Amino acid sequence: MFRSAAGKGLQTLLVLLIVSIASFWFLKLAPGDPVTLLLGSEYSPQAHARLTRELGLDQPVWTQYGLWLSRFVQGDWGKSFITRDDIFTQAVFQALPVTLALAALSLALALLVGVPAGVLAALRKGRWPDYFVSSLSVLGSAFPSFYLGIVLIWVFGVALGWFPTMGFVRPWEDLVGGLHHLALPAITLACYYTGLIAITTRASLIEVMNQPFIKAVRARGEPMSRVVGVHAMRNVLMPLVTVIGLQLGGLLRGAVMTEVVFAVPGLGSMITTAVLNREYGVVQAGIMLTALFFVLVNLLVDQLYTLLDPRLRRR
Amino acid sequence: MSATPASRGPASGAATRPVLPADAEACVHDAAALFSAPGSAAPPPSGALARAWRRIRRERSAVIGLCIVGAFALLALLAPLIATHDPTEQNLEHALMPPGAEHWLGTDSFGQDMYSRLLYGARLALGIGFASVGLGLAGGMVIGLVAGLVGGWVEWALMRLVDAILAFPEIILAIAFVAVLGLGIDKVIYALAISFVGPFARIVRSDVLQVKSRPFVEAAGLMGVPQTALIVRHLLPNVMPSLLVQAGIRISTAILLESGLSFFGIGVVPPTPDWGLMIAEGRAFITMAPWISGVPGIALAVLLVGLTLLGDGLRDAFSPRSEGR
Repeated sequence: MFRSAAGKGLQTLLVLLIVSIASFWFLKLAPGDPVTLLLGSEYSPQAHARLTRELGLDQPVWTQYGLWLSRFVQGDWGKSFITRDDIFTQAVFQALPVTLALAALSLALALLVGVPAGVLAALRKGRWPDYFVSSLSVLGSAFPSFYLGIVLIWVFGVALGWFPTMGFVRPWEDLVGGLHHLALPAITLACYYTGLIAITTRASLIEVMNQPFIKAVRARGEPMSRVVGVHAMRNVLMPLVTVIGLQLGGLLRGAVMTEVVFAVPGLGSMITTAVLNREYGVVQAGIMLTALFFVLVNLLVDQLYTLLDPRLRRR
Repeated sequence: MSATPASRGPASGAATRPVLPADAEACVHDAAALFSAPGSAAPPPSGALARAWRRIRRERSAVIGLCIVGAFALLALLAPLIATHDPTEQNLEHALMPPGAEHWLGTDSFGQDMYSRLLYGARLALGIGFASVGLGLAGGMVIGLVAGLVGGWVEWALMRLVDAILAFPEIILAIAFVAVLGLGIDKVIYALAISFVGPFARIVRSDVLQVKSRPFVEAAGLMGVPQTALIVRHLLPNVMPSLLVQAGIRISTAILLESGLSFFGIGVVPPTPDWGLMIAEGRAFITMAPWISGVPGIALAVLLVGLTLLGDGLRDAFSPRSEGR
C-alpha cells in the first residue's frame, strides 16, 4: 500500500510540474506585452527596459520559468495592474474560500436531498415515486446552471423577495447573512449533483438489495430500516464516492457558471472577469490554483476508496 | 416484409416470427418487430448497423433522447426555410414585443425575432457541439493510437501530456484557451476540442492495448498484415463503439460549455444568434420580457436533457453488461 501511495505521490508531483509549465506557457502565449500592461499608457523606453530586467523577461525562457516557479511557490504571484492588489492574497485568501464554501454547501445539500430521494426511488422501484425521482434527476443534472440561476433569482429573489439579489456577505464574517446570500447559488449548484447522487444511489441500492446477504439479513428478521440503513447503504458508499469524484469537473463547471450568474466573488468570477479585463496574470493564478486543487482532490478521492473498501487495503 | 406489430413482452410471439433475410436494410425496417425477444427463434439480423439499432430501440431513454435531439437537428437543418425573419435583422420599432402573430416567440431589445434566432441558435449549438467533439475525438484518437501502438517512451510522454490536460477542469481549460486564442465561433470550437483530447486519448489507448493483446490481432500481425491495415481493419472497428458512445455523451458537455462561455461574454460575439448570448441579453429584461432569456434557456435545457438521455441510453445499450440481453 505504501509503495502504491508513494508511486501515486510521485506521479502527482510530475503532473503538477507539467501543469506548472503549461500555466507558465499560458502567460507567454497570452496576447499583449506584460511590461507594457504593467506600465500603463505612458512610459519611457528606459522604464520599459528596467521593468523588463526586473521581471527577468530578458533571460532565456527556462530561466524565466525557474524564476517564475520559485516566486510562485513562495506566494509571490505579482500584482493586478488594474486594482494593484496582490494576486496571491486575492486568489487564495479572498476567492478560493468563497468557492470552497459554495461547493461544500451545495455538496452537503445534494447529499441531504439526493441520497434519501435515491433510496425512496430504489425501494419503490417501478412505481410513481421512482419515476418522479428519476425524471427529476435527469432534469436536475442536465439543466444548464446559469439559466437555472437566472430563473431562481427571478422567482425567489425578485418576485417573492425571499433572498437577496445583490451584494455578497462572506459566511465567516456574518454566518446568517452569508448563508442567506449563498442559499440560492448553493441550490442552483446542488441541482447537478443531487440528480447524479439520486441516480447513483437508486441504481446501486437496487443492485445491492438483490444480493443474497440482504435476503439472509431479512430472513433473520431485522427491521427494514436496519437492513437498508446499516447493511445495504454501506455498499452504496463506494459508487457514491466514485461518482462525486468523477464528476468533480462538472461541479467546478457548475460553480464557475453559478458564481458568474450570482456575482459570487469566487474563483470562477475572478477568472472570467480577468479574461474580460485581459488580466492574464490573474487568469494564470486561477488556472494554476484550480488545477492544483483538482489534482489534490482527485488524489484524496483515490485514498478515500481504500478507506471505504477494506478489500482494497489488503492488496 | 410484413409489418408485424411491435411486441414489447419478453419472448412473445417469437415462434411465429418469419425468418429474416440477412440483409441489413430490411432488418432495420423490421427492427420494430424484433427488438425485444431474448431467446428468439428468429436468427439475429447480421450487419453492425441493424444490430446497433436493435440495441438502441430497447433503451427507452435513448429513444426519447433521439426524438428530442432529432427534432432539434431538423429545426437546425430547416432553419433557412422555416425562419420568419433574418435572425440578425434589427428593428427597434418592434423591440421587446411579446409572443404574437408577427413574432411567434416575441422579439428582444433590438427587435430581433426570437423564433428565427432560436432556429439559427440550434444550428450554432449543434454545429459547435459536433465540430468540437469531432475535432477532439480525432486528436485523441491519433494520440491514443500512437501511444498504444508505439509504446515505450513515446507512450510515456504522450500519456503524461494527457495527464496534464486532464489535470485541468474542462471549463478552466476552455476559458484559458479562449483567453489566448480570442473570441469567435472557430476559436471556441478549438478551445473546446482541446479539452476533449485528453479523455479520448486515454480511452483509445486503453482500448488499443486491450485489443492488441487479443489473439486475432496477434495472429494477423504474425501473418504479415501491415501495421496500417491492422489498425484500420482490425483495431478501429473494435474501438469505435465505445468511443462513439463517449463522444455522444460529451456533445452535451460541449454545448453547455459553449453557451456558458458565450453567456460570460468570452465565447461567440454578438449579434450571432447564440443561445448563451441570448440568455445573457435577456437577463436585464427578466421581469419585463421573460421570453428573451426564457426561449433560448428552455430550448437549451430541453436539448441538453435530450442529449443526456440519448448518451446514457447509448451507453446502456452498448455496455458489455447488456451484451447478452
